[in-house]
Amino acid sequence: MDLQRLEGILSRYACQPADLIPVLQDIQDSYNYLPKDELKVVAERLHLPLAQVFSVATFFTMFSLVPKGKHVCKVCVGTTCHLKGGQRLAESLSNRLGVDIGYTTKDMNFTLETVACLGSCAQAPVMMIDDTYYARVTVDKVPKILKKYQ
Amino acid sequence: MPFIESVDHLTEYRRRVRAARDPQQLQVLVCGGPGCLPLGSEELAAAFAAEMEARGIAGKVLLKTTGCHGLCSHGVRVLIRPQEISYQKVTVEDVPEIVETTLLSGGVVERLVYHHPESQAPCPHKMDIPFYQTQNPLVLRKLDVIDPESLDDYLALGGYRTLRKILFQMTPEQVIEAVEKSGLRGRGGGGFPTGRKWRLCREAQAQPKFVICNGDEGDPGAFMDRAVMEGDPHAVIEGMIVGGYAIGAMRGYIYVRHEYPLAVKRLQKAIDQAREFGLLGTNILRSNFSFDIQISQGAGAFVCGEETALIASIEGKIGEPNPRPPYPVQAGLFGLPTVINNVETWANVPEIINMGPEWFAAMGTDKSKGTKIFSLVGAVNNTGLVEVPMGTSLRQIIFGMGGGIAHNREFKAVQTGGPSGGCIPPQYLDLPVDYDSLQQVGSIMGSGGMIVMDNHDCMVDVARYFISFLMEESCGKCTPCREGLKQLITILNEITTGKGEAHHVDLMEDICQTMATASLCGLGQSAANPVRSTLKYFREEYERHIRDKKCPAKVCRQLLIYTIDPNECTSCLACVRECPVGAISGPKKEPQVIDQDICVKCGLCVDACQFDAVKVE
Amino acid sequence: MGEVSFYINDLYTSAPVGTTLLEAVRSMDIEIPTLCHHPDLKSEGQCRLCLVEIGDWPQTRLVNSCTYPVEKGLKVQTHSENVLQARRLVLELLLARAPKAEIIQKLAAEHGISQSRFTSEDPEELCILCGLCVRTCRDIVGVSAIGMINRTPAKMVSTPFKEPSEVCIGCGSCAFVCPTGVITYTEKNGIRSIWGRDFELVACETCGSYIAPRASLEYWAKQTGDPVERYYICRNCR
Repeated sequence: MDLQRLEGILSRYACQPADLIPVLQDIQDSYNYLPKDELKVVAERLHLPLAQVFSVATFFTMFSLVPKGKHVCKVCVGTTCHLKGGQRLAESLSNRLGVDIGYTTKDMNFTLETVACLGSCAQAPVMMIDDTYYARVTVDKVPKILKKYQ
Repeated sequence: MPFIESVDHLTEYRRRVRAARDPQQLQVLVCGGPGCLPLGSEELAAAFAAEMEARGIAGKVLLKTTGCHGLCSHGVRVLIRPQEISYQKVTVEDVPEIVETTLLSGGVVERLVYHHPESQAPCPHKMDIPFYQTQNPLVLRKLDVIDPESLDDYLALGGYRTLRKILFQMTPEQVIEAVEKSGLRGRGGGGFPTGRKWRLCREAQAQPKFVICNGDEGDPGAFMDRAVMEGDPHAVIEGMIVGGYAIGAMRGYIYVRHEYPLAVKRLQKAIDQAREFGLLGTNILRSNFSFDIQISQGAGAFVCGEETALIASIEGKIGEPNPRPPYPVQAGLFGLPTVINNVETWANVPEIINMGPEWFAAMGTDKSKGTKIFSLVGAVNNTGLVEVPMGTSLRQIIFGMGGGIAHNREFKAVQTGGPSGGCIPPQYLDLPVDYDSLQQVGSIMGSGGMIVMDNHDCMVDVARYFISFLMEESCGKCTPCREGLKQLITILNEITTGKGEAHHVDLMEDICQTMATASLCGLGQSAANPVRSTLKYFREEYERHIRDKKCPAKVCRQLLIYTIDPNECTSCLACVRECPVGAISGPKKEPQVIDQDICVKCGLCVDACQFDAVKVE
Repeated sequence: MGEVSFYINDLYTSAPVGTTLLEAVRSMDIEIPTLCHHPDLKSEGQCRLCLVEIGDWPQTRLVNSCTYPVEKGLKVQTHSENVLQARRLVLELLLARAPKAEIIQKLAAEHGISQSRFTSEDPEELCILCGLCVRTCRDIVGVSAIGMINRTPAKMVSTPFKEPSEVCIGCGSCAFVCPTGVITYTEKNGIRSIWGRDFELVACETCGSYIAPRASLEYWAKQTGDPVERYYICRNCR
């Protein structure tokens, strides 16, 4: 376990129970997932039962207990995107990347996720790779976009 | 930036900021709102900077990336001031022409302006465009002119005037009275009177108290809060300071969903600026009032938009709602009195105090005052954010501002209030929109999402979509919501795949009734609305699915048959490449054929075909 | 603390401030079914069986009586048509979830339901997610060895990482409090197995019968500050 990295995160907080979610968010951002040993340390340092930490780690969708890929591709399946083919876009990406929605490619390059709404409904269907938004993504635009990340 | 030590200092600083600005200076305001950003606002602004530099006017023209300009479907939008020329669908390639024609020569690039759909007349100025003409923006009014990362911009437009007013001219009691008198109701959905909420919290005995801004805008199809947080973050902060002063809180939290990284960034920057300036912190402007704000980020849970679940999540627990009473105003965050209002509510507060409650109460209907922002999306020509007085009719919004239904299709329904809202049919188009009228027709105001549907949208599929969304987002704490949604989705899946049975409708009605009355939180109580409202207004469509195994809107894939028209197929093989199961084949350079036994009816071939050769029946 | 007066099924009655409606109703010998309520635990309103109708007609609504406090002048109906209808459907939903749970079958039968009209996803499921086990472990035992994990539809009670919990003391309180008997443990050759962990049972130094797992006795000794040896003699022999 990379204790120094974890300490670096924990040192930014007073380690109160209310710091749990921000701490987990930082770990998720830094490690790309929530490693088991790190969660145990977090429970100890925040004086929380491990059961509560695990509960929170499995309740919220941004947390993952297994490593995510280098790039996270979030396909919006919000209402407008649904009406304009968001689900089909997600399926097309799933076919192309050879990975089920919610999973990571074998080479750890992509994690494919669907998300309820990215708030860019006027440009439906929308998707986001890492922090970049892509507007009006029709199935035929997919290969070109993916190429940038491969 | 200076540290503002007193009221006079603030006034003087504002005067200096204003004096340094020339109202006649040319300004290029590039929309960086939620709609335009994914279309390339950043690249566009960079192109303007480079072109203006090359043409030697970089020092003379002010270039800004602003918040949302409203008319998202026609983005990226660019506003040129002081002429107020409004350009649409601007791309990097258009930049040299705009610089040449407008910035250097004072003319208009006609091909980039909105054209009136009927007269075809060009509408070069913002106020020539029908979309903007009938709106009454209060909360959105600064979004297209200020740089959201500039406190000076906010100050120049009178920002933090309200702060001065409350701290030195009003008692907390007077602030609450003003908010009560204004008639402001919570913009997050419930519509609870804001002033009354504040009073209840002020009267609560326990200390300390908290204010929370609910920025967990989880309703799919709604992005007004995102636009406000990203476009005018100081207005939210100023509103929260007013609230904190009124109820006697020293600490505020802004809860933002993690899918909105830019909102977090902008709010954090605004908080830092306000702190540095002395507008947040100890003894603000040398008054006795101290107040600070911190951001709390969501971690991906729709249910955290429910106030008790949101509080649990800030406390480091899973986002499960708790039964009320006790209400948050009595025992909220850490068990202490807490006022939670949503982004739009907070952003309304400064102007209400500033202009007076009578000014605000003069707008709207009898029981719903002021304006409301709607995110108008779906099957309309003009999609984007609109802000109108409460009581504006659906027709005015959809056919006036929205410019009617796109592709000359037929209006079928408008879904309001997010996933737990309802679908409103054409007979209610003249309904004046407010909290109570929407409830009467089986929907809700919610946070203001308005998704327009046409005759290509299947209402059974829409219900199935929302129920499936809600099932995945339900926290699972109470029986009716958890088990009811599970049963509803099972039934809806059967109906949309041709396995519907006649008794399914009764079963669903029973579940809906109990979910509405017996669920623990507001989310569960309204979660059945999508089914209830579609069953009420579009029963015939359910019956077609159940009885005839047909989807009239051609949406429910399992009820469709895909074929390739040999006369239109160009043998490009795009569909063959896209088909995930290899159902499409045929001899080279000849029309392809779909094997119905292999086809999984995913519809990807339809999307892939550029020649409309794939037919759906 | 003062008393408040209110109406239950049109009978005027009173109770101390802070009493819940459930307590008030039960003190009048009116039966309301509950599955997630336990008098020693803070109620959280999960199961929704204890619903009552409050308010003046037609502005009435259903609330869960286990957390709703008595209010001055409040009108409460415990068996109105609205209440019974909601309760029946909740039972039907629970019966679909846990068709083999005896307590649900019994309650359903009492409400005239012999079979649920809804689909059962897993006919062997017994857990109704009432959370009594989790709350008992957290608030009474004080170890929090188990918690609720995931969201609907995968929500379940589990130890962290679904592995044997390091903090579990094998006391079996979770199994004891479970209304549907989904949490079980075995005892064989002086070993109690629960939540995937084996616990050595301590035999009474006097009579030789098994008292409890050593981990439990050590935990209680630590909590009370008594020497652990005191716990090595069973209650009957003490």
